[in-house]
Amino acid sequence: MNRNRRGFLKLAGAAAALSMLPLKVLADFVRPKEAMAATDLKGVFASLGNAQDSDQIRLETPDIAENGAVVPVTVSSAIPGTSKIYLLVEDNPNPLAAAYMIPEGTEAFVQTRVKVAQTCPIYAVVEAGGKLYKTSRETKVTLGGCGG
Amino acid sequence: MNRREFAQMLGLGMMAGMSLPLLGAYSRKSVAATAGDLYDVPRFGNVHFMHMTDAHAQLMPVYYREPSINIGVHAARNQPPHLVGEALLRAYGLPLNSRIAHALTYLDFNMAAAEYGRVGGFAHLATLVKQIRASRPGSLLLDGGDLWQGSATSLWTKGQDMVDASKALGIDIMTGHWEFTLGADRVMEIIENDLDGHIEFLAQNVKDFDFGDAIFASHTMREMNGVPVAIIGQAFPYTPIANPSHFTPGWTFGIQERELQQTIDKVRKQGAQVVVLLSHNGADVDIKLASRLSGLDAIMGGHTHDAIPQAIRVKNSGGGQTLVTNAGSNGKFLGVLDFDVQAGKIKQWHYRLLPVFADLLPADPEMAALIDRLRAPYLDKLNTTLATTEGLLYRRGNFNGSFDQLIVDALMESKDAEIAFSPGFRWGTSLLPGDKITVEDLMNQVAITYPQTTLNEFTGERIKFILEDVADNLFNPDPYYQQGGDMVRVGGLDYTINPNADSGNRISDMSLNGKPLEASKTYKVAGWAPVAEGVEGEPIWDVVGNWLSSKKTVPLVEPKQPRIVGLKDNLGLV
Repeated sequence: MNRNRRGFLKLAGAAAALSMLPLKVLADFVRPKEAMAATDLKGVFASLGNAQDSDQIRLETPDIAENGAVVPVTVSSAIPGTSKIYLLVEDNPNPLAAAYMIPEGTEAFVQTRVKVAQTCPIYAVVEAGGKLYKTSRETKVTLGGCGG
Repeated sequence: MNRREFAQMLGLGMMAGMSLPLLGAYSRKSVAATAGDLYDVPRFGNVHFMHMTDAHAQLMPVYYREPSINIGVHAARNQPPHLVGEALLRAYGLPLNSRIAHALTYLDFNMAAAEYGRVGGFAHLATLVKQIRASRPGSLLLDGGDLWQGSATSLWTKGQDMVDASKALGIDIMTGHWEFTLGADRVMEIIENDLDGHIEFLAQNVKDFDFGDAIFASHTMREMNGVPVAIIGQAFPYTPIANPSHFTPGWTFGIQERELQQTIDKVRKQGAQVVVLLSHNGADVDIKLASRLSGLDAIMGGHTHDAIPQAIRVKNSGGGQTLVTNAGSNGKFLGVLDFDVQAGKIKQWHYRLLPVFADLLPADPEMAALIDRLRAPYLDKLNTTLATTEGLLYRRGNFNGSFDQLIVDALMESKDAEIAFSPGFRWGTSLLPGDKITVEDLMNQVAITYPQTTLNEFTGERIKFILEDVADNLFNPDPYYQQGGDMVRVGGLDYTINPNADSGNRISDMSLNGKPLEASKTYKVAGWAPVAEGVEGEPIWDVVGNWLSSKKTVPLVEPKQPRIVGLKDNLGLV
C-alpha cells in the first residue's frame, strides 16, 4: 500500500544519476559488441558460443506482457562459478538485450526491464566455468482489450 | 469426456469419500422442482464456504443464456467447462427438460425461461444466503470479483450501489477485476471507507510495478468452528492488458505462481488446516494453476462465467488433490463447499452449485427495500423504453451473440462503417422475444468506464492481425496465455477460424460482401471500448440507444458466425 515511494525516487534520482557514471565505464568493459550487433538468435550464439539447456537457471518473465516496452525479467543462477548472465529476446531486431558480469562471491541474481517487440521466447544465458547454459520462456505481447 | 470416463471419474469420487447429493436433488422427479427439493442442503462437516462470482452488478433478477459454443482446445477439449447443452447434462448425469438443465444450458432457452422465470437478483440470493448461513454457523461468503460493474446504476454510482448491497448481503471476502476499471483511487476509497470492518479485499498478485510492494492484503486467516482456515485472493491476472492500464497506473498483475506458493506455505506454517484460493483467473487457468501448486485445498474461481456443476478434482504438485470450482455469473448461482475437518485433516468434502431461481426463493424484504432505495433516483431513466425485440437477445458464446450483432449493426449503420468490432465480453444479460429493450437493458451490455466509440481506417492485414491476436487469447493451447474473454464480435466481415491451428494461422477466408479482404486496402472499421488513454468518441450507449429508438422494433437478429473448421467431435460446440 506504499504509493509514495515513487515520489521519494524522484528526489533520489539526481543523486543516483551522479553515481551511475562509473557503471557506464564498466558496461563498456563487458559489452560483447559483436553479439550485441547480431540480428538473430543464431548470430548471437555464433558470437557467444553454444549453450546447453539447464534447469539450474531460474527465469521469471510475465506470461503476457502488460507493456511490451518495459517487460520485467528476473534471472538467478544456481550454477557454481556463474560469471556472466545474458538476456536475449528472440524476435527483437537485436536479440541480445543485456549482459551482466557477476563478480566472484556475489549472488547470481539480476532483475531488469527489456523491450519485447512481439510475442517470442526470452532467453537467459549463463556463463560458468567457461561454458554456456540457457533456459527460455515465452512472453506474449498482445493488443489488449476484449477481456472478460 | 465420454460416458465411461465420466463413470470412472464418479468412481474415483466415491472412493475418496465424495458423495454426490447433487444427482439426487436434480433427479427427474425434480423437473417441477420446488424450493424444498432444490434448496434442501443439509449441513455437512465443519468448514463452509459460500461462493458467488461475476455478479456484474445485477441487483435485479435477470435472464442469462448459457453458451451454445464454448470450445475447448488441446488439454481442455471436451473437458469441463468446455461442454455445452446435452453434452454437459450427459457428463453430469442431469436430466433434459428440467430446471437444472435450464440453469446450466442454452437448451430450449425461450420456452424454459418463460417456464422457470428469472434467475438471480440480490433479494432472492439474500434469502438463499441466509438459509445456508443458518444451517452452517461460521460459514464465510466469498465473492470472486466483477461485482461492482455491469449495470447502469453501478456505473452511475461508481460502484456504490453494489458496495452497499454486497455489505447487506454479508459478503466477507472478495477479490477483483472489473472493479479496477473504476480507477485505482476509487477502488482504494471504497476499500478504506466502505469495506473496512465489513469485507476484506484480497489480491496476492497485485504489486507496485517499481518496487514489488503489495497493493492489497494477500490473504486472511479465520477460525471456523475451531478449525483455522486461510483464504488467499487472486485478482484477474491480466487486468491491465484486457482493460485499460491507465486505470491502475503503476500496478502490475500477473499469475505470480511462486509468490502464491510462498503464501500457501506461510499460512500452512501458521496452522491453517484448510487453504482456499478465491480466484478471478478463469476456469482453464485455475485448473492449470491447481496442478502446479501444493498445499492448496480448493480454488473457488470465476471470470470465464462457467457454471460447473461439480468440483473438478486436480492432482496437485504435492501429490495431493486440489478442488476447482467455478460458480457461473450474474447472481445465477451460489456455490457451497463443505469440508469435514477432523484432527487437522480434511476427511470429506461436499460441493453443490445451487441455481438461484427468483420464483422459488422469496425476496428478502430488507434487501428488496435496500435495492428499491438504491434504484429510486434512477427509475425513470432505467425504465425508458428504446425499442421492442422480436427475437431472443443474448451475448454469451465464443462468437457473436444476437445482442452483439445488434451492437455491431448499430455501429456500422451509425458510423457508416464497412466493418465493426465489439469486445468479447462474457457479461451481458438476455432478453426474451417480445421484451421491451429499456435503457437499463442496453446498459447491461455496455456499462463501462471507457465507452467511447471509434472509427478507424485499418488495412486488411491489420484486421487479420487483430482477429488472430484475439483468437490466440481465446484458443492458445496454454491457458496462461489466454485472457478469458470470448472472440471479438465482428460486423460485416465473414471469416473462417480453425481454433486448433497455431498462433497467427487460425483465421482465413476473410471476405466482405462476398469479396475477399485485400491485405493492403484500407477499410472503415467502427468499434468501442478503446484501451488507450484519451480516446474521444460518442459513448456506445448513445450510438446504440439512438439507433434502437429509430427502429422501434428489432426483428429477430441472426448472429453472424464464422465458419469453424478443424474441430472433430468437439463437445463445446453444437
